[in-house]
Amino acid sequence: MPLPRRHFLALSAAALALPARASAAPVIAAAASLRFALPVLTGAFTARGGGPLRVTYGSSGTLAQQMRNGAPFALFLSADASYVQTLARAGTVTDEGTVYARGRLALIAPKGGLAVDGAMDGLAAALETGAIRRFAIATPDHAPYGQRAREALQHRGLWEALQPHLVFGENVAQAAQFAISGNAQGGLVAASLAAAPAVEAQAVSARVPESWHSPLEQRMVLAPEAPATARAFHDFLLSPPAQEIFAAHGFAAPEPA
Amino acid sequence: MDWPALWLSLHLAGWTVLLLLPVAVFLGRFLAFHRFAGKGAVEALVILPLVLPPTVLGFYLLVAFGAGSPVGRLWESAFGGPLVFSFEGLVAASVLFNLPFAVQPAQRGFEAVPKDVREAAACCGMSPLTALRRVELPLAWPGVLTGMVLTFAHTLGEFGIVLMVGGAIPGETRTVAISIYDRVQAFDMSGAAQMSAMLLAISLVTIAVTFRLSERAGRRLS
Repeated sequence: MPLPRRHFLALSAAALALPARASAAPVIAAAASLRFALPVLTGAFTARGGGPLRVTYGSSGTLAQQMRNGAPFALFLSADASYVQTLARAGTVTDEGTVYARGRLALIAPKGGLAVDGAMDGLAAALETGAIRRFAIATPDHAPYGQRAREALQHRGLWEALQPHLVFGENVAQAAQFAISGNAQGGLVAASLAAAPAVEAQAVSARVPESWHSPLEQRMVLAPEAPATARAFHDFLLSPPAQEIFAAHGFAAPEPA
Repeated sequence: MDWPALWLSLHLAGWTVLLLLPVAVFLGRFLAFHRFAGKGAVEALVILPLVLPPTVLGFYLLVAFGAGSPVGRLWESAFGGPLVFSFEGLVAASVLFNLPFAVQPAQRGFEAVPKDVREAAACCGMSPLTALRRVELPLAWPGVLTGMVLTFAHTLGEFGIVLMVGGAIPGETRTVAISIYDRVQAFDMSGAAQMSAMLLAISLVTIAVTFRLSERAGRRLS
């Protein structure tokens, strides 16, 4: 019965022939709010002679937790300051990082639905009439945009009334996907996601006043052993061309120190 | 279509099958032919990953393999990189998670080998290894192969554990199942649809193959 042996050999050969490491390009861990800006930024970086980079997206809390557990991230782009500071206190990184952009919160809704305005009057009215069944935000437990969404809704006095309607995305990109999928009447997400062409085609959005929530001071921090390519990318993100890309994607400039 | 992710998943599935094949043959055979105190406990442990939520296994692996754990530190000092958030970590997780899928069908396969046939092999003076190769495996192989096919397909679809201990690093831990999740969050529904269709097709083929194998095994023994 030669069959099993033949299968075994074919299988072993196939498995062993595959190299484990696809590439050694440094890994950038990026907050989900950067989902649409970062591909443009890495493209501009490589066009200027920068080396290849690999990017993984998630909520800042998830990424910080992974980095603390030994994930091989060369550069962590957080959506706020707190997770970078947590990593610095834990000794995972050696400094409290640099602000590369300020995030803005946006109210978003599928086209033809909720009346969208930055002051959330349309949302308040829709809540009164019972037109809101589901409303999406990122989970406040480990996503900075979720925390700011909660603050803004509390400021506007809508947090309590929205409780039975909230659905939580694991990160802000998932919240945005929930908000415009047609399964929810709207959501509070990153302005950088609301401004993306793929989202703008299906949704309307308006920026929420920045004073309604604590700042989204998006910080980045290098791993102590980060390779030169990651360090070059870190510096590139603070350069005028990169800052223009951030601005074009719905981010505000970092405030002068 | 995220080809590197599909390639990575196939690679992961290949390693998982390769590592589990000897385990399935020897543990499956052992459990099929021997009675011993605590056998029930061993069998329960083998089945455990089947009912355990993947996130629970992922959590324990994170704790056991993480940078702060003794295993994680030992691994890091030996290989210069962390075990979690690496391809090797995914292979380790995958081997544990697929234990029931590989061992159970193999055990059933060996259990179906009639006792008088095994005794006849022993009477002929065959060593246990020769008996395994010449008598038992030719009868039990549909079970073993079913286990391997299930393991392979199951690894392609693994999500919860990979999400917990993977970190979605392109080319290293971003498997095809994670990539589908990722594409949806990037509002790339057509990319997600292509990869989902691919996994659906692979799953259907897997079911067809396992049905065919168990039919063949049934015919042989009846």
